[in-house]
Parts: sequence; structure tokens; C-alpha cells
Amino acid sequence: MRKLGQYILFLGTLFKNPESFRTYTKLVLDECVLIGINSIILVSIVSVFMGAVSTLQTAYNLVNPLIPDNVIGLVVRDLTILELAPTITGIIFAGKVGSSIAGNLGTMRITEQIDALEVMGINSASYLVLPKIIATLLMYPFLVILAGSLAIGGGFLAAKYGGVLAPADYLSGLKLEFNEFSVYFALIKSVVFGFLVASISAFMGYYTKGGALEVGQSSTRAVTVSCIAILLSDFVLAQLLLV
Amino acid sequence: MIEVKNLTKSFDGKIVIEDINCVFEKGKTNLIIGASGSGKSVMLKNIVGLLTPDNGEVLYNGRNFIGANRDTKTDIRREIGMLFQGGALFDSKNVEQNVKFPLDILTDMPEDEKLDRVNFILKRVKLENTNKRMPSEISGGMQKRVGIARAIVNNSKYLFCDEPNSGLDPQTSIQIDQLLQEITDEYQITTVIVTHDMNSVMEIGEYILFISNSRKLWEGSSNDIIHSGVQELDNFVFANKMMRKIKELG
Repeated sequence: MRKLGQYILFLGTLFKNPESFRTYTKLVLDECVLIGINSIILVSIVSVFMGAVSTLQTAYNLVNPLIPDNVIGLVVRDLTILELAPTITGIIFAGKVGSSIAGNLGTMRITEQIDALEVMGINSASYLVLPKIIATLLMYPFLVILAGSLAIGGGFLAAKYGGVLAPADYLSGLKLEFNEFSVYFALIKSVVFGFLVASISAFMGYYTKGGALEVGQSSTRAVTVSCIAILLSDFVLAQLLLV
Repeated sequence: MIEVKNLTKSFDGKIVIEDINCVFEKGKTNLIIGASGSGKSVMLKNIVGLLTPDNGEVLYNGRNFIGANRDTKTDIRREIGMLFQGGALFDSKNVEQNVKFPLDILTDMPEDEKLDRVNFILKRVKLENTNKRMPSEISGGMQKRVGIARAIVNNSKYLFCDEPNSGLDPQTSIQIDQLLQEITDEYQITTVIVTHDMNSVMEIGEYILFISNSRKLWEGSSNDIIHSGVQELDNFVFANKMMRKIKELG
């Protein structure tokens, strides 16, 4: 509970005594590259295989002749949009970006770089963390859209080259009973998950004490806590918005 | 000028500095000395605002820093430059970007003016032609000089240095000491240096504050330190054979 309170206070300090808009614009753009653009390859690879494997496994399980083949496309579409794209990408994102944020801030803390900013009269939390959170809020929904699209594309490739169903059936399944709210739901989740990963990882890194060992521990803790927060908020959002 | 009044700081009930009073004057190299763990770095962090003291005042030219509102604190902080023990250079920025950083954040100077100022300061600390090198590509002594350049680039009125000679060879240490003294004199800065390097004490100590067991035990200049008559200070100053021999010779 003490940590939770400290986390909330930490979020409050991000908006105190901010620097100029120009400063943040440059920092946010830099972070967009580090956080978003540099994650595209990993997210793309994972998404294509995630969609392909989902198609194969769904086809393997739906062997009942009473169930039409295009249901496989529908299942993969809903599975991808509602859960795999935002949540599994979130877990990967926490591992890649979350650990990087915590490690980066932890190293800055133990090498007194954060103290150097404070001595200059700069709100170090706001200067270092706010651009990371804003960049994540901008880039993570984009990564989720990319992941969803590539996963569905991966499913199509599996259908075509895996021989489990006709590509036409897969495409027809994608259009079957489509509810556009599931896309909005995925985007809402992406904003929440992105915020949680960036802010929790930054919190863990910013308050690192000690040396190199503790920086490693902060990174590990950042990934662990971010993953738990993603799964918990996934359940809460599903309960609030879908049920 | 910086006045420290009744400064006290404790951690979890353990007093680390107790009731310290002193005055650091403008244009002088002021040294805080003491054994490891005596509380000198904690005192420095309280003075610059990285820690909040339990009690006491720190006055920067009469402006109380401890109880000041956020705007006053920010104003005072923007007059402060600090050299950290490890240099604390930003890893992701090169030498030029590190030195230019305070100008980018704290001023509205045009870019070419900033670069002129950076080049002038880098020349002053004898680091010409290192602009594009990363901190990891330069030696410890050079990192300290970049740290000094960054600390004074914005015309700082107060310069704080935490163990500026740690990790440096004796010759480079003397160069850093001389640079600090020259800059202090040239720009009339109030310089406060935390050190336990006796070479620095004897070389540049215009005002020396000796802390032992959390309290101020002695203050004076490098000329008086040999005849202080304070046992703890004698143990600190004459810790090695050579210094003891010098004392015996009178």
C-alpha cells in the first residue's frame, strides 16, 4: 500500500514545474522512436506467428462437420482483436520497453545523473518520465493496430499455406458478424496498458537505490509488476466494458 | 556568499550532521573536509537541496533556500552548478550536448550563441576538439573537466564539487584543483568542495571546514591547519608518514 501511495504521488510530480513545450516536443519525438519504432520488428514477428498459430490451433479444435470453416476466421479475428493484439503485445512491450525504461532511469539514478538535473532546477521526474509516458500513449495503440493486422494476416498465410482451410473461408469468417466495438475496446485497452507499462517501469527505475545489482532488480520488478497490472486491468476492463 | 545556520540532518533517528554553522565566501575555494562517513557529502546535499535538513537554514546571498517557495528555489538552483563524484555526465549525449544542456533548458539563447559559449567554456577547461566525443570515450579526468564546464556554462554563481579528485591520479588531481581555483577567482564564484584529499586541502584550501562525528570541529585556512591544536584534525591531516615528517620538521 505504501508503494501504491508513493506511485500515485510520483504521478503527481510529473506535472509539477514542467519545462517548456518545445523541450517536451523534442523529447517525446525521441522517445517515440525508441519506444515505438524500435519495437516494430519484434511486435511484427510475434504477431504474424501468433495469428498463424491461432489459426492452426483453432482449425485443429474445430473438427465438427456441423461447424462451417469460416468460423475459424471469426474466432481468430475476435481472439486477435479482443485479447492477443492488446494483451500479449502488452506483455512483450513490458519485457522490451518496460525493462529498458527501468534500467535507463535506474542507471541515471545511481550515477547521479538525476541528481544533476535536480541541482539545475529541473523537475527530473517530469523531464525524464513524462515524455516516455506520452510517447507510449501515442505509440502503443499504433503497435496494437499493427499487431492485430499482422496477426490476422499471419492467420491468412497459415490458412493458405497450412492447408487447414480455404483462404476464401478465412476471409469470409473475418467479415462474419463483425462488431466494431471490439476495435474500440482494443484501443481503450492499449491506452491503459501503455500507460501502466511506462509509468510502473519509470517508477521502479526512478526510485532505484544502490548499484548495478539493484538496477537489474528494478528492471525485473518493472516487468513483473507491469505484467500483473496488465492482466489485472485486462480483467477489470473486460468486466466493465464487455459484460 | 552562502551562510549555513544550525544545519542538522538525521536518517532514521541517527544524526549525520548536527548543528553546523559556517559561511562560504564569494571568490574563495571553500573546502569541507573529514573522514569517510563524517557527514560531509550529506551536508553538501542539504546545501544544494538534494536532501531536506531536519533543522537549520541555508542562505544564498541572504535568500533562505530551505524554507523558500518553489519559484525561489528554482531561481536559486539555476544559479548553482555542481560537479558530482563520478562526473554524472549524461551517457546518451556527447561532450558538446552535455555542456550545452543547461543552456538548452534554462535559457532562450540562439543556437549559434550557445555553441560559441560551449566552445569558449570547453577551451577554458582545456578540452578543445572533444565536442563530438561521448562520455564513455574520454578519461576520468576529462569527464571531470566536462562536468566543471557544464557546471559553469550558465554563469553559475555557486559551484559545488563532491570529491572532484576521486579516482584520479595525483597529477590530474592537481590540474583539477588548479582549474577549480582559477575559475573561482576569475568568475568570482562561491565554490564549495567536499574532499578528503590532503593535496587539495594544502593546495587550494582558502577556507576549510573540518567535520568529525557529525559536528563542526574546526574552521580556518590551509595556513592554520598544521597548528590547529585539534587532535581529530591532526589525526586526519597527519595520517600518512610524509605529513608526520613535515610536522616534525616544523
